[in-house]
Amino acid sequence: MAHDPHDHDHTHGHSHDHGHDHGHNHAPPQPDDKVHSYYQMLGIAIKELLIEKGVVGADEVRAAIEKRDSITPANGSKVIAKAWTDPEYKKRLLADGNKAIEELGFQMTTTHLVTVENKPGLHNVIVCTLCSCYPRDLLGLPPSWYKSREYRSRVVREPRAVLAEFGTILPNETEIRVHDSTADMRYLVLPMRPAGTEGMSADQLEKLITRDSMVGVAVANDPPRH
Amino acid sequence: MSADFNSGDRVRVREDFPIGHFRTPVFVRGKSGVVTRKFGTFENPELLAYAKKGPKKALYEVRFKQTDLWPDYAGSPYDTLDIDLYEHWLEKAP
Repeated sequence: MAHDPHDHDHTHGHSHDHGHDHGHNHAPPQPDDKVHSYYQMLGIAIKELLIEKGVVGADEVRAAIEKRDSITPANGSKVIAKAWTDPEYKKRLLADGNKAIEELGFQMTTTHLVTVENKPGLHNVIVCTLCSCYPRDLLGLPPSWYKSREYRSRVVREPRAVLAEFGTILPNETEIRVHDSTADMRYLVLPMRPAGTEGMSADQLEKLITRDSMVGVAVANDPPRH
Repeated sequence: MSADFNSGDRVRVREDFPIGHFRTPVFVRGKSGVVTRKFGTFENPELLAYAKKGPKKALYEVRFKQTDLWPDYAGSPYDTLDIDLYEHWLEKAP
């Protein structure tokens, strides 16, 4: 064969003696069935340009995504379990969410954490009707339904119907208070501590506190029956 | 143009429909509610959206009765909605 395997047409314009400094500026591997919208394409194009011009590195982009993905609702569960078991901490959490979560090693970056407490006769639920504001610094990325037009438009208008679709049915005497986060505040629901959990430790309680209960479309889980 | 409000004050959201980036959803415009807390002052996101800055704006939490927002509200009469609104969207309720 006259054809040298290293002699093929380099459409990417790079040589093969590359280390990490090759010319691959395209997006990292994407899911097989991914169909990009116009704005996703735009986002990818801008990211590629920023990398190509050396403004940010592909490794920095990856690390930022990895860091974001490492934040999970379990962080919020720790905060709530601490508030359930330590009345003084609960006071601090309600007074200044940012400071209170720092005590547990978590941090809000640019926004303010506001905790709203469920009580007998009062149930809170969170939405961002304008976009998808969510306490991402504490809970991680929001579920896709939280960002949907349907959730955002319906939960402010018929919260009881939406909650019922999540299996959460509350008596008419209970005030449902919807919080629409339109500004610099990010809301966290402090669910009610379930009955029958009196002897449980904070570690055990954390498992009862779900993401949905901190958004307010659900209540905290009941303790396991033995 | 905008007054300083305290918790408990009845306020009305300006019924205005300017073109551009605004943080006051249409469904509360023209509606009356009660100030439940003042969060402090913040950069005005309606200018920041255009890479501009102006005087900082007071941000309030305002509570509405759902039955005031939606004439056909089908839930409980106790139900409420809290929303964060900047001072320039608020006026003293008549």
